[in-house]
Amino acid sequence: MHELSIAQSIVEIAEANARERKVQCIQTVKIRLGEFTTVVPEALDFAFEIARRGTLAENARLEIESVPMVVHCVACGTVTDPVRDVCLICPQCGLPLEVISGEELQVEYIEAESVARSV
Amino acid sequence: MDRIAVQTNVLKANQEAATENRRLFEREGMLVINLMSAPGAGKTSLLEATIRGLRDRYRLAVIEGDLQTDLDAQRIRALGTRSHQITTGTVCHLDARMIARALAEFPVQGLDLLVIENVGNLICPASYDLGEGLRVVICSVAEGPEKPKKYPVMFHKTDVVLLNKTDLAAASGVDLRELETNVREVNPMATVFPVSCRTGTGLEAWITWLQDAIASRTIAAAART
Repeated sequence: MHELSIAQSIVEIAEANARERKVQCIQTVKIRLGEFTTVVPEALDFAFEIARRGTLAENARLEIESVPMVVHCVACGTVTDPVRDVCLICPQCGLPLEVISGEELQVEYIEAESVARSV
Repeated sequence: MDRIAVQTNVLKANQEAATENRRLFEREGMLVINLMSAPGAGKTSLLEATIRGLRDRYRLAVIEGDLQTDLDAQRIRALGTRSHQITTGTVCHLDARMIARALAEFPVQGLDLLVIENVGNLICPASYDLGEGLRVVICSVAEGPEKPKKYPVMFHKTDVVLLNKTDLAAASGVDLRELETNVREVNPMATVFPVSCRTGTGLEAWITWLQDAIASRTIAAAART
């Protein structure tokens, strides 16, 4: 259950950006989560509810954009979606496939009310 | 409502710490292995066999990661090899900052090989770079042939896969070739060694390969200075 560590990192990153821009009360934290990671969206959602307590993200909603796993063959250019049965050998030429998306774990943006005008 | 662009990798803090660790390891010219597997696949047994095979020629040390107890560190010390235990409490993986803290009290200067034995778990440790030079995953044949497909991230991100307990293949009804095919489908670039830590079968090939890896690391470090 490392989703809690992941959720804490998300909250830390969100808070750091909120402080830098002198905003309080983060409303939304948007992340991109690849399918080829070890993070389960439902578990992350639950962990986020715990991790946000007592922080600037106390009332924030976690918005998760799922990024599909896509692989391609460096040799012949074949692009496939291997999620059902991960096989990273090119069906056309038998060479190793490269993962070109699906490993994302990134905070995209936060949305917050701007309150502190006094710099 | 303001939208603030962040565009930051969630694991950035870990990666920064891992980069620092890696710099230290490279400066010292040592090979560092991140050893991972499910609980009970034979990480500590493999370590014992590897230490016996290398200790006369190389300076070795081990960092052990477990939720509780220092039993594994004791097993390593019983062989006369330095070891340091990290107990993570409830955390299911080691991260780069835990390694950095361990290095502050467990000096690794002058080593040829440092092995970090991760917490037994095929999921979480895959996401955390520790600064290692080599990832090694052990899969015991008794776990069943489908494990690489069920835990593809772990098997995809490793350099070496050791298929341990080959002596139990027949008794477990597991086809070793099917297991090896599944490893290759998830990670066509991995170096695979079928071994049995109990009977010693296959260990020589692994230890010889590891000696070459240590030697090339030492040569690379010498070339930099």
